[in-house]
Amino acid sequence: MIELKKINKVYDDGFQALKDIDLTFEEGKINVLIGPSGCGKTTTMKLLNRLTEHTDGQILIDGKDIKEINPIELRRRMGYVIQSIGLFPHMTIYDNVATVPKLLKWEKQKIKQRVEELLNMVSLPPETYMKRYPSELSGGQQQRIGVIRALAAEPSTILMDEPFSALDPISREQLQDELVRLQKEIKKTIVFVTHDMDEAIKIADQIILMKDGHVVQKGSPQELLSNPANDFVKEFIGEERLGNNQSLPPLNKLIVKDYPSIPSTLSVEEAVNKMVSNHVAGLPVVDAEGAYLGVISLYKALDHKKASLVDLVDNTVMTVQETTDSNELLSKISGEKSIIPLLSEENKLIGVVDNKKLLEALHQIYKSKSGVA
Amino acid sequence: MSFITELGQYMAENSSDLLALTIEHLLMVVYGIGLALLVGVPLGIIAAKYEKVAPFILSLTNILQLVPSLAMLAILMIYFGLGFETMVIGLFFYSLLPIVRNTYVGIREVDNSIIEAGVGVGMTSLQLLRKVQFPLSIPFLMAGLRVASVIAVAVACIGPYIGAGGLGKEIISGISLQSEVKIYAGAIPAALLAITADLILGRVEKKTKQRTV
Ligand SMILES: Nc1ncnc2c1ncn2[C@@H]1O[C@H](COP(=O)(O)OP(=O)(O)O)[C@@H](O)[C@H]1O
Ligand SMILES: [Mg+2]
Repeated sequence: MIELKKINKVYDDGFQALKDIDLTFEEGKINVLIGPSGCGKTTTMKLLNRLTEHTDGQILIDGKDIKEINPIELRRRMGYVIQSIGLFPHMTIYDNVATVPKLLKWEKQKIKQRVEELLNMVSLPPETYMKRYPSELSGGQQQRIGVIRALAAEPSTILMDEPFSALDPISREQLQDELVRLQKEIKKTIVFVTHDMDEAIKIADQIILMKDGHVVQKGSPQELLSNPANDFVKEFIGEERLGNNQSLPPLNKLIVKDYPSIPSTLSVEEAVNKMVSNHVAGLPVVDAEGAYLGVISLYKALDHKKASLVDLVDNTVMTVQETTDSNELLSKISGEKSIIPLLSEENKLIGVVDNKKLLEALHQIYKSKSGVA
Repeated sequence: MSFITELGQYMAENSSDLLALTIEHLLMVVYGIGLALLVGVPLGIIAAKYEKVAPFILSLTNILQLVPSLAMLAILMIYFGLGFETMVIGLFFYSLLPIVRNTYVGIREVDNSIIEAGVGVGMTSLQLLRKVQFPLSIPFLMAGLRVASVIAVAVACIGPYIGAGGLGKEIISGISLQSEVKIYAGAIPAALLAITADLILGRVEKKTKQRTV
């Protein structure tokens, strides 16, 4: 994990490029820095491998102050991919990819294995490409090499500064897809700079939108799309994408209103019966006044038939308030396994979010977004 | 027609002497340039790496180049006496500029993005120089070497004035004996040396360039 705490950067000429930046780049996530040209994306990135030094504040890598880490070692542990690719033109593809392992004095055999593995990973057969020079590859192929050169020594973090922006649209899309696929295998902490919102939405776990050296908003793509913090964010995201996103129907259209519930005074036995007869795996539990207490799951109930209902109630499951915007809901529910009760402002149970309806609504959005009829 | 046959005959008869002179000539040039490489490449690298000393190094080598060759050799003779070594030192001074300047330019010309990539993957300054900057500057260095050798072959011709041998011996004795044949017999091998050096080094330069673009 990388943390930036109150980071300021003033260049030698007195220009303040970064102002009070607070950021966290989480382990195994793709973090995208985005914003208009000159907003400080590259500066932020270069602070992380000490190609530039911050003037003020603190950067922690896994809790350790970056100033206490030798910059040379730091860079060898961090992959770095730049927009202009920057392959070494006088070295073969093999030597390019092997750069960091060689600096780290790996054994020859191990290096060879690693290079071949990496070339295969990006579908460039080693027999064909290993001995070639960068100028004998297409732009897209060259940047694949740029990416695997950064991966070669198994760094935990990879910095990528507009890595795909110089490529033609088709190669760009391909490389984005490959990166997403790769990330599923390699699970690195990736810091990725771009100025292309489509790219950011496609690949990001976290988007950090910057302007004039500030962070304007950060969050998952869904959060930014559904809750743009201000007009600048809206404008940067673009009407088109926002429009698509807001076509989600209001929350009360996405719930099952007559979903069964059970008063806490009844027995576990009765709860099981109710779930079985309704074909559901969880029931909201309410008190005598109809106020929501929590959820009882079928499995738990079956395991503890003798217990009292109140003891089995899980009150940590996610709930939504009646007033919540549907779009906001979307960003929250990913990975939620339980039923999601919808509550009134007085904490009364209104119903349960209907996953099927939600899924349909999402499909609708996806269709209009991707243009698939 | 008769002149050419006369020249041919003379050169054939004195071929072993001429060959010895040519070899001596070549040796002076090779030693001079060898020294210049030994000193000039590091100087060029220092100039490229330390912006502050660059003007000093470059103008010094520039001045050396500007001293007329005869004057330079005369001055050197005061300190080093007559002979082969003095000539080698003179050639060394003359070759310094093209070699220093081209090394300097070659290193400075390396694309910024390539340097950034090198630093970014964690090369030390020395590793960057050894693995990236220097190899990429070689085509420039080769061009400098080519210029230097052509100049050196020419300058070496005045060797006999300071007691060094070489093809200049034949030319100068030709001048004093007013023998056209002798002059040509010295000048032609000298010209061939220059042309050959130019061709070979030109080819090397081209070859090194292919891999660095
Ligand atoms: N070495 C430098 N010296 C002075 N100003 C700089 C330097 N590098 C970048 N800047 C300025 O800092 C600002 C942010 O630059 P940068 O981080 O490269 O922006 P981005 O990558 O978002 O386009 C720009 O206004 C740029 O002109
Ligand atoms: Mg930038």
